[in-house]
Amino acid sequence: MGSIGRPMKRVEDRRLVTGRGEYVDDVPAPGALHVAIVRSTYAHARILGIDATAALALPGVVAVVSAADLGAANGPFPHPTWFPPHPPLAKAVDPFTRPERIWLLAAERARFAGEPVAAVVATDRYLAEDAARAVIVDYEPLPVIATAEQALAPDAPLLNPEWGDNIAVHFVIGAGDVDQAFEDADIVVRRTLRHGRAICTPIECRGVVAIPDRRSGDLSVWSSSQQPHWLRDALERTLRMPGDRIRVVAPDVGGGFGLKSMVYPEELLIPRLALHLKRPVKWIETRRENLASATHTRDQVHEIELAVDRDGTIRGLRDRFVIDGGIGSVESIVVPYTTACHLPLAYRIPTMRIECTVAVTNKAPSAAERGAGRPEAAFALESILDEAALALGMDRAAFRLHNALRIDEMPHDHGILYRDGTPLRLDGGDFRGDMSDALARLDYDTWLAEQAAGRTEGRLLGIGLAGYIEGTGVPPFEAANIRLDPSGRVIVSVGPPSQGQGHQTTLAQIASEYLSVPVELIRVIQGDTYAFPSGGGTIASRVIVVVGNAVAAAAIELREKILAAAGDQLEVAPADLEIRDGSVVAKGAPDVSIALTTLAARVTPGIGRMGSAGPGLEARGGFQPPTVTFGTGFHAAIVEVDPDSGLVTILRYVVVHDCGRLINPAIVDGQVIGGLAQGVGNGLFEELIYDEQGQLLTGTFADYLIPRATDLPTPIVIHKETRSERNPLGVKGVGEAGTVPGAALMLGAVRDALGQAGAGLATVPVTPGRIVTAIQAARAAGVPVGHAG
Amino acid sequence: MYPPAFTYHSPATLDEAIGLLARLGPGAKLLAGGASLIPLMKLRLVEPTDLVDLGRIPDLASIEEVDGHVRIGAMVRQADLLRSPVARSLALLGDACSVIADPSVRNVGTIGGNLSHGDPANDHPAIMLALEARLIARGPAGERTIAAADFNLDLLQVALAPDEVLTGIEVPLPISGQGTAYVKFERQVGDFALAAAAAVVVLDGGLVTEARVAFTNLAPTPVRSPAIEAALIGRAPDRATIAEAAQALVEIDPWADLRATAEVKRAMARAVAERAIRLAVERARRGVQS
Repeated sequence: MGSIGRPMKRVEDRRLVTGRGEYVDDVPAPGALHVAIVRSTYAHARILGIDATAALALPGVVAVVSAADLGAANGPFPHPTWFPPHPPLAKAVDPFTRPERIWLLAAERARFAGEPVAAVVATDRYLAEDAARAVIVDYEPLPVIATAEQALAPDAPLLNPEWGDNIAVHFVIGAGDVDQAFEDADIVVRRTLRHGRAICTPIECRGVVAIPDRRSGDLSVWSSSQQPHWLRDALERTLRMPGDRIRVVAPDVGGGFGLKSMVYPEELLIPRLALHLKRPVKWIETRRENLASATHTRDQVHEIELAVDRDGTIRGLRDRFVIDGGIGSVESIVVPYTTACHLPLAYRIPTMRIECTVAVTNKAPSAAERGAGRPEAAFALESILDEAALALGMDRAAFRLHNALRIDEMPHDHGILYRDGTPLRLDGGDFRGDMSDALARLDYDTWLAEQAAGRTEGRLLGIGLAGYIEGTGVPPFEAANIRLDPSGRVIVSVGPPSQGQGHQTTLAQIASEYLSVPVELIRVIQGDTYAFPSGGGTIASRVIVVVGNAVAAAAIELREKILAAAGDQLEVAPADLEIRDGSVVAKGAPDVSIALTTLAARVTPGIGRMGSAGPGLEARGGFQPPTVTFGTGFHAAIVEVDPDSGLVTILRYVVVHDCGRLINPAIVDGQVIGGLAQGVGNGLFEELIYDEQGQLLTGTFADYLIPRATDLPTPIVIHKETRSERNPLGVKGVGEAGTVPGAALMLGAVRDALGQAGAGLATVPVTPGRIVTAIQAARAAGVPVGHAG
Repeated sequence: MYPPAFTYHSPATLDEAIGLLARLGPGAKLLAGGASLIPLMKLRLVEPTDLVDLGRIPDLASIEEVDGHVRIGAMVRQADLLRSPVARSLALLGDACSVIADPSVRNVGTIGGNLSHGDPANDHPAIMLALEARLIARGPAGERTIAAADFNLDLLQVALAPDEVLTGIEVPLPISGQGTAYVKFERQVGDFALAAAAAVVVLDGGLVTEARVAFTNLAPTPVRSPAIEAALIGRAPDRATIAEAAQALVEIDPWADLRATAEVKRAMARAVAERAIRLAVERARRGVQS
């Protein structure tokens, strides 16, 4: 019985759920100094001066540091997570994108409320916070760009005067003659759809501990990060210190969701302070800091139109969307392009033109967060599909089924390019089958009848339908080391860290599959640049695809080495040997065997003798993904809307999900359900609201609502396994998929519940305030509430 | 998340607590359950120089019947109130205690703290208004009684002197034919109310003889609606009458906030009042029948 496919319990959970995890705040740092950060109270202001006299006079204060104190070390540096477009994409699409820069502390100007302006270092955090309030910053307020619309107005103030405009990213992609298709089609539907500004909310906020070695001057940094290796590289450049002298560790990380895939100013600042002060320095972010200054996401407005024929056939798609990028799109085109190229989902859309503009404003910077542009794509497309079906007088499910790609149409080329510049070719997945399975499991027809019956008694039931595709497992390639220890244990080392995904279990299951060593004897080491020097981070649903296949390759090579070494010892051809129950055994001759522990001791450097397997039972494997591999799926839900309160109750939620071969179905369940919670959050609750002066009004969890257990349904999750042909394991990523349809699903369901009265609903989150407003407007206009159409 | 330094005091008697308040001046704050005060301190929205903890003073956490009233000690926790007989005899107290924040907050939060804080989003103030409760305060000059209607002065301002302690609340025992209810619209468990209403009705011979309706989180203080009450008195409270009465609401002028516009809140207030009155009437009828 292999290990892959078993829903085994996560080996890391006993430690994590009994409070023995080690998060950044738990890292021992004796004698550490603590940092409180003075953050800009203005959204846009010139910094005329910083007076730290009073702060420095307070007890326990060691230093107050501003940009001027840091000089050239303050930057600006090229932003470590900004990359130019891949050359093939640059050649074909030529997306316009402006390089981003990073300052450790705001220099002449503060560009958003919450931007770090000064750092107060004290002997404890309370004293540091007291002193931070005593730092007097002399601001001269500048005109505030509060919205993307303002940013793009002809006479807008400029965030970066040297740019000449406020556009960070702009591109157009397309396929076929879309304008002709719109002319030829029977019907065109148009909507302006708005996805609210959101933030992922890991339980653990950001945090950094930096400890310089007193003797060598080397530096150790712990950061709550998805990208320890990129942080190491960024520190190498900003500290001007060789990377091998910098150890960066992402220990247990209490959730990331993309928010920790950045390199942040604070992550460069705290190590700089530690080197300067020659003391351990620590900063643990508060929730208020996190909501105001970590990267935000979504905040897209789509002007989308669909051309359809009377029989329900989609002829073309045109979309112009604008993203409020805050002070910058610090991952360049990642989110914008991912939204654009996922827009057709897995529907047959022969022609399209999609134009994207990212505007800069005086808000926190923007970047990818769970779904990374895909939830916005599903939101825009599925919402316009609902409108098209209504306009055609077709059943919404029938309309979708008519246009959904079938498995016999795979691979399907959408005629546009993926972000890596390769043709966007869906590599299998039964999207239409996912949809019909979801409809069947939901009992769609029964609910349609229920809905109609409910409407006669004033009950507002709504059906939400939304599908998704997800390109997963992005390059660059990853590698893994694996070694059989003389104790009989197997140690796997990889670069990317875990933020709770269960890698300690799934990567061990993969190694176990090929080595026939039980999972309990396999240890996975990750997220430490001294344990494994390279890695592209735990982002973009890539670890199981890219790292998983690297572990598989390494395990296969180690197995060959074990069999070769055992062959030497047993004088049997390796091809006639197999690993079983902790021993290498001759096939058909169980008496001829050698225990793995004995074998390892005999060939391990320092205790054994080098044989034909080389210096020890170690192997290294790698996997270069050709491009992404696409997961698919479909969500369907029933909601009930209370017309008086506008409150939405999810009565039923069905997920059909295909991420290829399952390594651990229980972990996939967890990923899908957790993702779904974030999607429902985007759909019903989560919204960062700024006022016209660029002040964040939703700066605590009292105002920024995230879904809780009591807000969520117990979903029905159906797994399908269409194996990927783009990697040896046949896997597809799953980290983000569950989030993708949520916002579309919630808006569609509520809009359906309200019937004609819901026609004005075009924004997520679809809150009680918005719902009751729509109902009031409908009543005032004599439009019935809860009638079809 | 890091409050400024303060001095913690843990008096053993009420007199000692009052003495401390008088001596320490306006920088001192009373600490009851801390459910509101501690988060505000962590956000540095409140920066007391001294905290006077009421937690060790005996006899502030009892619930007893005296003289036609139930006297609820100020330090009674929401969770304990929810489990007490008074939460059944006055059903709106049970309604409220099961929708105040979440169980972990209800395990620390107290009724006295909830009222003294003066937050219009808190649930008990409107209930006390609807029950016509009396609040008992003690200061250096002794004890005095404050009618619930006189207690909330403005946003976060109540009729307690800086050296006074709210020691308990006197709630009239239910009379024959009385039914009560508290209904809240909230976006999720623990969120502030979109709108909430407390209703007390008394039925006699199928007609409403007394009605009191009060609202949470729609104005700087809890608000009673004599207009709704007048529309109920003397009427048989069928569905249509209740719906019509709820529409009579004129006493609130809600402000727009992040959750809803003023217009939406007004509509929600009427809807939530209708539900609370309906439930109170239902309970009154059940009580009469049993």
